[in-house]
Amino acid sequence: MKVGNPGATLSFPVSDRVVRERVSEEGLTQALASRGELPDAILSVRNLSLSYDGQHWALQDISLDIPRHRVTAFIGPSGCGKSTLLRCFNRLNDLIDGVQIRGMINLDGMNIYDPRLAVTSLRKRVGMVFQRSNPFPKSIYDNVAYGPRLSGSRNRRELDEIVERGLRAAALWDEVKDRLDDNALSLSGGQQQRLCIARALAVEPEVLLMDEPCSALDPIATAKIEALIHELKGRYTIVVVTHNMQQAARVSDYTAFLYLGRLVEYGATDKIFTNPDQKETEDYITGRFG
Amino acid sequence: MPQRAHTDPHFDEELRKLHEKLLEMGGLIENQIATALDALVQRDDSLARLTIEQDHAVNRLDVEIDDMCLRLLARYQPAARDLRLITTALKITTDMERIGDMAVNMCERALELNQEPPLKPFIDIPRMVDIALGMLRESLNAFVREDVELALKVCRDDDQIDALTHQVFRELLSYMMEDPHSITRGIRLMFVAKYIERIADHATNIGEMVVFMVKGKSIRHLDRIPPSV
Repeated sequence: MKVGNPGATLSFPVSDRVVRERVSEEGLTQALASRGELPDAILSVRNLSLSYDGQHWALQDISLDIPRHRVTAFIGPSGCGKSTLLRCFNRLNDLIDGVQIRGMINLDGMNIYDPRLAVTSLRKRVGMVFQRSNPFPKSIYDNVAYGPRLSGSRNRRELDEIVERGLRAAALWDEVKDRLDDNALSLSGGQQQRLCIARALAVEPEVLLMDEPCSALDPIATAKIEALIHELKGRYTIVVVTHNMQQAARVSDYTAFLYLGRLVEYGATDKIFTNPDQKETEDYITGRFG
Repeated sequence: MPQRAHTDPHFDEELRKLHEKLLEMGGLIENQIATALDALVQRDDSLARLTIEQDHAVNRLDVEIDDMCLRLLARYQPAARDLRLITTALKITTDMERIGDMAVNMCERALELNQEPPLKPFIDIPRMVDIALGMLRESLNAFVREDVELALKVCRDDDQIDALTHQVFRELLSYMMEDPHSITRGIRLMFVAKYIERIADHATNIGEMVVFMVKGKSIRHLDRIPPSV
C-alpha cells in the first residue's frame, strides 16, 4: 500500500516532540489522549483506500482519528473524496456495485468492516443526515418514531417520550408540538432538515454524520442547524462534510482537508484557518485554487 | 515564495490597493519625521507648521485603510495568510498613525524651542532620527516583501535607540543641573528624544506584526528577539 505523503498520516495538532516520539499510530493516539492533548478517538481510520471501479482510487491511504464529542469537518473541492470518506463510516458505500475498500475503520475498537457485523446495528450507532432533507411522507410524529418502532418500541407512552426528546434535541419541538400529526412534507426546508436530524437522533446514535446539511437551506435555517450542531456536540460526535468553508470554520473543532483522494492536512480548526502547515491547504482556504 | 493568484481576481486587486494605501501612508509619515527634524535643527517655524498640517492626510489614510480592511473582511471572509495580512494592516496603520502624531509633537516642541536661543548643537537627536527613520522604512519594506529577516533586524535595532535615549537624557541632565535656566529647553528636548524613541517602538511593533503575518507566530512581548523564526 502506498505510504509516503507526510500530510496523509495522522497529524493532530500536537507538538513535534510528540510526533517524533510516535512508535505506531495507535500508540500516538493513546499517548495524546493520555496527555490530554487529544480527546479520545471514537472512530479510527487506518490506511483506508476506496475505489468505485477498481482502477481509480477515490480515497488513497487515509489515516485519521475522529475525536469523541467533537465536531470534525471535512473540506475540499468537489470530487476530493470527502463524502466518500464520510459514507465509509456507516458503510453506505457497500451499496454500490464493484466498490473496493482496503484498510480499516474502528468504531470504539470494533472493526466496522468485520463481515460478522450486522450493518443495521452499525447504522444505529452511526446516524446520517443528507444534503437534501428526506423526510418520509408520513406525519412528523411517525418520522421520528420510525427508527425506534423498527427496533421494537411499541409502547405509545415510550414513543411519545422518544419523539419529544428527538424533536427537542433537534430544536424543532416548539415549532411543531401542536401539529405532530401533520405531514412532514408540509414543513419548511429548514424544519424538514431538523426533522431528519430528530429522526437520526431518535435511535440514540453515538456518531452523527452530516453530508452538506445546509447547502439547500437559506441563511436563517443554516444558522439554526449550525446552532444545533454546537448544542449536540456535548452528547454526540459529529462529522460534517461541507463546501462552505466559513461554515467549517464556525462549527467544527477539527478540520480535515482532502484533495484528490488524499488527506492533505488534519488539525485544529483554529490552526487550519489561520495558519495551515501545507501549501495546498493554504491555497484552498484562501481561494487560490485552480 | 510567490503567491498564487486568487481564483477571484477582484480580491487580488483589492489587496493590491490595500498595499498601495499603506505605502502611501508610510511615505507620508517618513516625510513627516524628516521635516520635523529639519524644522527643529534649522529652527524653521513654517516647516514645523507645514508638517503639523500634513498630519490630516495621515489621519485620513488611517480611516480609509481601516474601512478597506473592514470591507475586505466582510466581503471575502479571508482565511490563513490573507486573514493575517488584513489584520496586520489594521494594526500597523494604528502604529503608523501614532508615528505621525509623534512627528507632530516634535514640531510643537520645535516651535516652542525656536522662541529661545539654542541650548546646544544637535548631535544625538539627528542620529536617533536617522536610525528610527531607517527602522520605519525597513519595517514597511519587510511588510511589502514579506521579509522576516528584515523585520527581525528592525526589532533588534530598537536597542540602539534605547541606548541613545539614555545618552541624551544624561547629557541634558548635566546641562540642567549646571544652569536652571536651561531646564525648560532641556525638558523640551528630552520630550523630543522620547518621541523619537516612541517612533522606533512603533516601527518595532510593525516589524513584529510582519513576522506574525508571514509566519503566523507571535514574537511580541518576548524578553529577547529570537535570532530566527
